[in-house]
Amino acid sequence: MTFARRPLQRLVGDAAPRTLWLLATLLVVLLVAPAILGKYWLSVLILVLYFAYVGQAWNILMGFAGQLSLGHALYVGLGGYVAAGLFFHYGIGPWAGVFVAVAAAALAGMIVGYLGFRFSLAGVYFALLTIAFSEFTRLAFDHWDWAGGAGGLFLKVDAGTDIVNLRGGSLLFYYVILALAAGAFILCRALLESRLGRYWLAIREDAEAAQAVGVPVLRCKMIAIVISAALTALAGVWNAFYYNNLFPETAFAMGRSIEITLAPIIGGLGTLFGPIVGAVVLTGLGEAFTDLGEALSIPGIKQIFYGLALLVIVMYRPAGVWPWLAEKLGFGERRK
Amino acid sequence: MTSDFLLSLAQAVTKGLLTGMVYGLMALGLSVIFGVMRVVNFAHGEMMVVGMYLAWMGFEYLGVSPLLSLPAIAALFFFAGYALQRSLISPFIGRPEHQQFLLLLAVAILLVNACLAIAGPDSRGVQLDSQFDSYELGPLVFDAVRLHAALAAVAIAALLWLFFTATRTGKSIRAAADNHMGALVVGLDVRRLYAFTFGVGAACVGAAGALMITIIPVTPFLAGEYTLLAFVIVIVGGLGSMTGALMGGLLIGVSEAVAGLLLQPSLKSMFSFGLLILVLLLRPQGLFGKSNS
Repeated sequence: MTFARRPLQRLVGDAAPRTLWLLATLLVVLLVAPAILGKYWLSVLILVLYFAYVGQAWNILMGFAGQLSLGHALYVGLGGYVAAGLFFHYGIGPWAGVFVAVAAAALAGMIVGYLGFRFSLAGVYFALLTIAFSEFTRLAFDHWDWAGGAGGLFLKVDAGTDIVNLRGGSLLFYYVILALAAGAFILCRALLESRLGRYWLAIREDAEAAQAVGVPVLRCKMIAIVISAALTALAGVWNAFYYNNLFPETAFAMGRSIEITLAPIIGGLGTLFGPIVGAVVLTGLGEAFTDLGEALSIPGIKQIFYGLALLVIVMYRPAGVWPWLAEKLGFGERRK
Repeated sequence: MTSDFLLSLAQAVTKGLLTGMVYGLMALGLSVIFGVMRVVNFAHGEMMVVGMYLAWMGFEYLGVSPLLSLPAIAALFFFAGYALQRSLISPFIGRPEHQQFLLLLAVAILLVNACLAIAGPDSRGVQLDSQFDSYELGPLVFDAVRLHAALAAVAIAALLWLFFTATRTGKSIRAAADNHMGALVVGLDVRRLYAFTFGVGAACVGAAGALMITIIPVTPFLAGEYTLLAFVIVIVGGLGSMTGALMGGLLIGVSEAVAGLLLQPSLKSMFSFGLLILVLLLRPQGLFGKSNS
């Protein structure tokens, strides 16, 4: 009896068995981790998963399709504000609000993408367009009363756990972000193995050549930015309900856009493990330098160490940590 | 009533033009660096803030007016920029944009936090003797400090223009920007020219910082805003074009001042970003840039 290639088989594809074992172990460890870890380490792990997740989402647009966005805070902010606003004003819970939030961010991605790609902005010019839209939206939210303006939007903090309205302690948010990160990983793998994924890689390597051989370049780029924006918006919703407050100055901040890009670039652009490895490295360094900074008690010293670490990594591992690590450890994944 | 309004509008435009010249000088540094070596200096605002702090320190601890310490600061920035290009940036020329971005982001983080560590988070300004002086031209009033800063910025831009059109090094740099391969073929030391260019660009922004501190006080948190502002100006004016950077500086300076008068001051940068989006889409070579071949 012969089988057609089933979806699951396709997903696993040519991955080495040891990669699958690594993944399975990682998942089990992450599932039981809260039972072992204290409050502090759980919060660190939440941070790692958040950056791994948004990094994965950003990586679709930049790592796969080759379009540099430095304005992804737009989608985090929109997602968070829409879901939190619906809950705050009309009592619509996040499980329903999330659809509106994702739709809003996807629409924003569509607008940015259509304008940018239709007018053939590439590289730095496209990056500046994404910054401009993000900053423009930040200033608009600063003056929008429904969203609380510059004073911010606050969600009521309840003591109890209410899964229907996504109210609860860090444990709830840990499992939500873990599910998101795992889902994004599988989705990205499936996308990479699909025809669309191959088209993206072709566009990334040489858009003109891809166009010449019949790849629908504009449509593929549009799909990339819409998926990337929609996934990023989910992180925004999660963020809003985890922290219970939203300010335009932080939700749409340039700094937030930049921190989203760091994990995938540091970890290895265009790879599936890159955003995860990058998130671990960066969050680890950040926590270590926070302790060091408190010990030295000099303002800015934490960031100075952080800057030095970034400098060292980009100088000695410009293609990211994961491709080098993977080779050392004998895992097969290379930048596709 | 209307004449009152017109007068305050004219006053705002004047103020904007004067500030805009300093903006233009800042953006000129970014534009020169990009125009020659195709590297976007994401640490530009941070360099500006370092220039402002140096001028403030010169005033605070040595009692030297920023206008007098400017040549020293510009020289220091030139050598620092030269060394930075030679050591860190040179290997990244021609590399993918995200790698250049990460490198300069790291430099930016180091610079701005060094300022924070040394001078603290409080805002630092200089109180010049000419602080409250002004010149009058008919009904218009010019702040003395603003006017001096603007004139100095124009003088420096003129010097730069002279450098690029009349000196051998300046011409060589333009040749290397026009045709990298050709410049190598005729035997120009392109690596040295690139370092020189980065030095010149850094000197511009350092000088702009020394001038800006006479107009507004500095905090480390201004750095990111200045980086964005410099981007907006050079894109609106035309990335890589010298006239474009200066004109863009004037345009943004005036639009900020007028928006601050007519609308809420906090809305002033919304106009700048709106303009940036329009220019990117409709005229990506910038309002004053030459069309791409």
